[in-house]
Amino acid sequence: MKEKTAIQEFVKGLWDENPVLVSLLGLCPTLAVTVSAINGLAMGLAATFVLVCSAFLVSLLRKAIPNQVRIAAYIVIIATFVTIADRFLAAFTPDISKALGPFIPLIIVNCIILGRMEAFASKNGIGRSLLDALGMGLGFTMTLLVLSSIREILGSGTWFGMDVMWGSFSPWSVMILPPGAFLALGCLIAGANWINNRRKA
Amino acid sequence: MNLLVIFIGAALINNFVLSQFLGICPFVGVSKKVDSAFSMGMATTFVMVIAAMVTWLVYHFILLPFKLEILEYVAFILIIASLVQLVEMFIRKVSKPLYDALGIFLPLITTNCAILGLALNAVLNEYSFSQTLVYGLGAGIGFTLALVIMAGIREELELVDIPRSFQGAAITMIIAGSLALAFMGFAGLI
Repeated sequence: MKEKTAIQEFVKGLWDENPVLVSLLGLCPTLAVTVSAINGLAMGLAATFVLVCSAFLVSLLRKAIPNQVRIAAYIVIIATFVTIADRFLAAFTPDISKALGPFIPLIIVNCIILGRMEAFASKNGIGRSLLDALGMGLGFTMTLLVLSSIREILGSGTWFGMDVMWGSFSPWSVMILPPGAFLALGCLIAGANWINNRRKA
Repeated sequence: MNLLVIFIGAALINNFVLSQFLGICPFVGVSKKVDSAFSMGMATTFVMVIAAMVTWLVYHFILLPFKLEILEYVAFILIIASLVQLVEMFIRKVSKPLYDALGIFLPLITTNCAILGLALNAVLNEYSFSQTLVYGLGAGIGFTLALVIMAGIREELELVDIPRSFQGAAITMIIAGSLALAFMGFAGLI
């Protein structure tokens, strides 16, 4: 494989290796919190924060952490930053914190974060790890924002709480219920596949 | 609250996979064959029940008396990770056939968010020890049920002509959506 430039490390997370649509990682929060656009955005930003901070620390300590206990060490580092993010959201945006419920602590076991630590931050320098983490985090946030916008507009007729369907629209309430999450994500993944197939052809 | 209500609630009405979105990764990853889906479900149920008990004990006898609730997440994930390791060693010593059957699935359970979700939910709902136990058992059985149904459908799916863009994960999500719709019917059970 050719060495990637710094820009490529950042951009790959946005589409080519998008954590949700291509690698199918981090599906639990993706499905659960995307009831409204604001929740999706908050979840994406919280996960990005944890991802970037953990990537920084893991890549800083990558020579100090013994190989046998590395996974446990990563999990402790991640759990620490998740606790910080959780307290921060609870203090400044209590409503969102309540809506996201157990899914903020569940960022600890989000496979995207552990996956990037193991596959990237533990092998690369601080600068590259930060770019990689930022790209992956933004790719995740972007996907969550698209999915939650689709679900909120179809399911409640609003976007970020604003009425965007001119009132005469009867909302498809199934879209904000659990089945709607699966159906919307299925269509989104199929759409991404379709675009990728066209680009290759 | 009645123990039976908690059990049915965790297994069917608030099914961990189909209505709370916990444990989606193994649900998508290990649902290609019914046998392996069943083994994975059983292993997860086993760890869930033990993890529910141990995290309850640690939370109520260590974290609460010392006012260490802020360490909840760190403590729980460490308990789960070490438990999985312990269970793996224990099974390997006691029952070789069971170990071979579960083998590769056991380590995967550490990163299954259903286990951590279960522990956190039990604390959030202020369950007593016996309620937590039943909650863990119900959640595990519900997880196994969803996994086995999904695997059954996916085995049939191999014979079906699916549009190219929908192959793989996309069609799995659509099927999960239909299953979730079906499980919503259980809402009137209690």
